[in-house]
Amino acid sequence: MTINFNDETFYGDFTFRNSPKAVQRFPFPFPEDSYMYSVNLEPHKSYRPGSVYERTFDVDEHYVAEMKDRARVLADDPLRCQSLPHMTLAGWDLVELIMTAKAEEYPDLFELHRDGDRWRWINRPLGIDDTFTFLDETTLPYGPMEYITRQTQGDFAILDQRDDNLWMDAGMVTTQADWSLDFDIGMNFFEWHAPVPKAHEMGVFVRALKFLLNIQQGAPARRLNWTMTINPLLDTSPENYHKWGAMKQELTAENVGRMMHLRVELQTLFRLPRSNALVFPIRCYLIRLEDLVTVPKWGRRFHRVIRDLPVELATYKGFVNNRPKIVEWLSKYDDGAPTSPGIWPD
Amino acid sequence: MSAGTEKIDVTVADVTPVNELVTRFRFVRSDGGPMPTFSGGAHTVVEMQDGGRTRLNPYSLMSDPADRSGFSISVRRDDAGRGGSLYMHTKVHQGMKMVVSNPVNLFSLDLRARKHLMIAGGIGITPFMAQIKQLTAMNGNFELHYAVRTAALATYADELHATHPTRVHIYHDDRGEAIKLERLLDGQPLGTHLYVCGPKGMIAWVRKSAEELGWPREAVHHEEFLAPASGKPFEVKLALSNKVIKVGENQSLLEAIEEAGVDAPYLCRGGACGQCETDVIGYDGKFLHNDHWLTDDQKSGGKKIMPCVSRFEGKTLVLDR
Repeated sequence: MTINFNDETFYGDFTFRNSPKAVQRFPFPFPEDSYMYSVNLEPHKSYRPGSVYERTFDVDEHYVAEMKDRARVLADDPLRCQSLPHMTLAGWDLVELIMTAKAEEYPDLFELHRDGDRWRWINRPLGIDDTFTFLDETTLPYGPMEYITRQTQGDFAILDQRDDNLWMDAGMVTTQADWSLDFDIGMNFFEWHAPVPKAHEMGVFVRALKFLLNIQQGAPARRLNWTMTINPLLDTSPENYHKWGAMKQELTAENVGRMMHLRVELQTLFRLPRSNALVFPIRCYLIRLEDLVTVPKWGRRFHRVIRDLPVELATYKGFVNNRPKIVEWLSKYDDGAPTSPGIWPD
Repeated sequence: MSAGTEKIDVTVADVTPVNELVTRFRFVRSDGGPMPTFSGGAHTVVEMQDGGRTRLNPYSLMSDPADRSGFSISVRRDDAGRGGSLYMHTKVHQGMKMVVSNPVNLFSLDLRARKHLMIAGGIGITPFMAQIKQLTAMNGNFELHYAVRTAALATYADELHATHPTRVHIYHDDRGEAIKLERLLDGQPLGTHLYVCGPKGMIAWVRKSAEELGWPREAVHHEEFLAPASGKPFEVKLALSNKVIKVGENQSLLEAIEEAGVDAPYLCRGGACGQCETDVIGYDGKFLHNDHWLTDDQKSGGKKIMPCVSRFEGKTLVLDR
């Protein structure tokens, strides 16, 4: 298996594109024609060859460009990556988890050679060949979490588990849907979810926390979440809202299909063995609506979901003002025909 | 998918008597691969095929968490117990194939602690064995106070004292030695976390003393696995699976549910973790709640039961399972 990595940008001239193959494997998040919150967690097991569920950490055509974008964001704002002192061991856990999974699942792209604590890591797409001592921070150019997450797509929150709660005590967050690690660092599960509407009343977080506290080694879980983004911006952070917030005003009936993107997060959860922490990778996939509607089922269903979404959710997800334009544009792709169950193209 | 924990096929590599009551068992993977690493304080659930019956007992992992060649546990023989420890002592032999779960940690170190103060009683030493190995590798600051009945029954005391002479303190009951708890708790530096594992009375004593001395609740950690109590047999209707099952005298409700082929969730099997919490649809009789999970209101409410340790006496019990 070879991947042709795109030369593309997620800012400025926005040259990001999905190939037809990437469109077909896009993780469309709606199994039915309407949407409401649910915990919707399932075991993160290999499923459907070619899909984003096949491997532990999906690597796709955007890998190299996304890593360049991460380096650019970090250069401007180093606080996107933080790790409280007691989280270093969890960082090493993450190094081990990602390196062993990628070396096993993408042997043509990544290699890991272990000789006791002496590890050699080869990352071909990024041109890295490093030898270091496992658990010795001084042998890496960055802390362990920062080192490996500069080489892995998706944001990472590492959650310490204590007092029957989870605490956001470390993370690498440069591709976020409008939340801030620098603001949330040190908060517990209920504190960092405080802004989410409706879900508290529904008891979603109490049930979700109970599930998360019991996630076990060898039994990772996953779910999808979604929002919408103007332009293929990976970095829609509160810190940079002054740069991207105004772009929402640029949407017109003519440019909806090109400018508006469905943004889907593949969220996974792994128990980390040495630290007993949880790691929460949040992998962002973007697709512009023009590409999305090339799958007829998705065009029909997405129109119905956006049209019928409760106003609180459209507000929270940040597109309530643009909703009429989006619904109008999508309606052209909904002939009213029934849709098949599940998320996959027919 | 099993509702409990992910399983590992293992072979018993060693059975080593430690003293009159305690035997150590070493498990290696039957496929020759490496065991998962784990965090100090974790346990594994050992499956025992005892006659026609499957027993699932949790035991703390005591080997070095970084050692991927195998897992070690130590089992204290309980002649009056329900039979799991006797099975381990009398039936398990070198070369035997068994199944254990992936590690689960309900007693982990708080890695923010500036110092880890550990108090162990009897076989409660086992989780500390792994934690001490983990802390030693990380240059962590710890101190162990370990109460034993006699020198002959002081499981691993010599080994611990020889490796960490200034950090390990042993107290022998038969010599009238006792942990001077109040003085010990009073003299700790800021940022110390307290851990206790041992008999029920010891855990209660340590937690109460810490509370009275103003220790923050978050800085006091304990591990208490209850063995399921025996009791009168009773009948249960499982509404979802449409089965009527009988819970035997020496069997837990959870074990009876599993024996009927119904997949029920669990983690600790000791009334602590909450995973097996089950809704009661109807009942006529009296609950014998033995868990640490449900609140007093929930226990008197008659709507929830923890089938791993709790029982029932009466005419009918219908569960949402």
